[in-house]
Amino acid sequence: MSEPLLQVKHLATEFQTEQGLARALDDISFEVNAGETLGIVGESGCGKSVTSLSIMRLLPKPAGNIVQGEVIFDGQDLVQLPADDMHNIRGNRIAMIFQEPMTALNPVYRIGRQLGETLALHNPKMSKSDIRDASIRMLERVGIPAPERRLKEYPHQLSGGMRQRVMIAIALLCNPEILIADEPTTALDVTIQAQILQLLKDLQQETGMAIIFITHDLGVIAELCDRVLVMYGGRIIEQADINTLFDKPGHPYTRGLLKAIPRLDQPPKEELSTIRGMVPSLFDFPPGCRFQNRCDFVQERCRQETPELETYNDGQQVRCFRFRELVNE
Amino acid sequence: MSDPMLLKVDDLKMHFPVHGGIFYRQIATVFAVDGVSFALPHGKTLGLVGESGCGKSTVGRALLRLYDPTDGQVLFDERDITELKGEQLRELRLGMQMIFQDPFESLNPRHTIGDILEEPFIIHQMGSPAERRAKVLELLDKVGMPADAVHKYPHEFSGGQRQRIGIARSIALKPKLIICDEPVSALDVSIQSQILNLLLDLQQEMGMAYLFIAHDLSVIKHVSDQIAVMYLGRVVEIADSEDMYANPQHPYTQALIASIPVPDPRQRKDFKPLQGEVPSPLNPPPACHFVDRCAYVQEICHREKPMLRSLEDDGHQVACHFAGELRASQR
Repeated sequence: MSEPLLQVKHLATEFQTEQGLARALDDISFEVNAGETLGIVGESGCGKSVTSLSIMRLLPKPAGNIVQGEVIFDGQDLVQLPADDMHNIRGNRIAMIFQEPMTALNPVYRIGRQLGETLALHNPKMSKSDIRDASIRMLERVGIPAPERRLKEYPHQLSGGMRQRVMIAIALLCNPEILIADEPTTALDVTIQAQILQLLKDLQQETGMAIIFITHDLGVIAELCDRVLVMYGGRIIEQADINTLFDKPGHPYTRGLLKAIPRLDQPPKEELSTIRGMVPSLFDFPPGCRFQNRCDFVQERCRQETPELETYNDGQQVRCFRFRELVNE
Repeated sequence: MSDPMLLKVDDLKMHFPVHGGIFYRQIATVFAVDGVSFALPHGKTLGLVGESGCGKSTVGRALLRLYDPTDGQVLFDERDITELKGEQLRELRLGMQMIFQDPFESLNPRHTIGDILEEPFIIHQMGSPAERRAKVLELLDKVGMPADAVHKYPHEFSGGQRQRIGIARSIALKPKLIICDEPVSALDVSIQSQILNLLLDLQQEMGMAYLFIAHDLSVIKHVSDQIAVMYLGRVVEIADSEDMYANPQHPYTQALIASIPVPDPRQRKDFKPLQGEVPSPLNPPPACHFVDRCAYVQEICHREKPMLRSLEDDGHQVACHFAGELRASQR
């Protein structure tokens, strides 16, 4: 078996806040293989975005710091890499797209300049006309009509879906090996979301890049991903291939989440199953298992000890003391 | 016999002028709501679904008379409410309340929860201070909040709890209709289901009707008896919840349902997503609004506006020239 493209090992990230030190990520370990789509799913504050920012070394400074762990990419530890070397990897070999393309695009530059800048930065020898041609080709590839005209427009002249396409175009200019997509369709309407998801699938087929897809929407995960990490409270609580996760979810949180989604094939006006309590903030996680105060299967041990992420059949990993008993129910 | 319909909306229009130029003249019109009709029975839920800019929120606001409708008739409890003023409006809002999307912005940050929940009673001059306070506690209990919330401020609560407070405020005066404008779209999945259950329970207990506005068809289907699908200012299809999902007739409804990602990897779709984007409401296509994106478009669609019409006797109405024929040709 070949080496994974990216290996995250025991990563921990902390934020310095007014209320003190907050551990936003705790013991995060996972791998990304070439050409696969890895989904990271969880609710607000679970650390899914901080994971991607940590990998990209884009944590807000000085508040956010990686305090432990490694991110191995191409034999190097990105955590220890000098800023200059990281610069060559970021945007070039690992690219990222965000939820709100309006904030990620520069509002006072034309689309053409924003694409050209990226190309020029990573390919200093390219001529102006080559840059223009490459930009037009890229916009065409992401399905933007009349690309020559779009080059002269500003971000505010584009719709949300078109802006996200431009973001994807910029991200793919340098043929990255990994694309990190952080909630790229959350701000979009559902018909536009379907277009963007299809586009990402097509582009992945074409280029063979790996995608790390971060979202809160299990529907989108089911549509797109090969493997899934479920996060809760800054920890990975389950990792499984896509069919295993939906067929026999292991962690009580994953089960609860799957049951709580209203589905189109259910009869209307029926009681939905819920997860009690609320999503805790970084400062009020309970001791032991961080899900224990919302869990229906909680035992004394869960309140005192932190369960490890253990590997079971089919490579499914679950962070729960009671996984073996519960899975057979 | 009294009318079984609590709310009857007939050809409601809400146009907003756009001003510009040196004399600040009206240079264009936004056709936000362009002839919407529906009816909502007592104690039932009508879901209003559509993508951003389709006018669904504007409909809700026009019904509450937060906007003055440009044209059309709205009968609420057998009374035309489009012409009400002053004191009559206040009285109208006794019977009609609203829950907003953003529980962070719809609660006054400087008021305690007690103040916020007592305010409706003060505005409508109901009860003595002691009675009002008892009612506030009763409301908190109804929405599953602890009594000590009375002395706390909105920022001390999470999004889900704040939405519960918003709901408590909306049911305070026992309205006949609550307009819920995207009440769960800002919430996490695990909290969303709690709020949806609460809304269903309260309806069972108190018997009010909901106009439930949302962009998420799965949520809409879960809470509604009937669903109206809007596209660019118009209703394109109305049907019973179950029927809308099982048997969508309008090409837009079909595309909308097909676009929803299903949380089941074995049902992965291999379909061609709906092409193009919603046109600007400043300059909508003259006849059918969906012509630019429709896969079945014919010459007549550019020429004649399709009216909302019934196919059978089951209340299923569609605004498409070819409704009833599309499913057959598709399969």
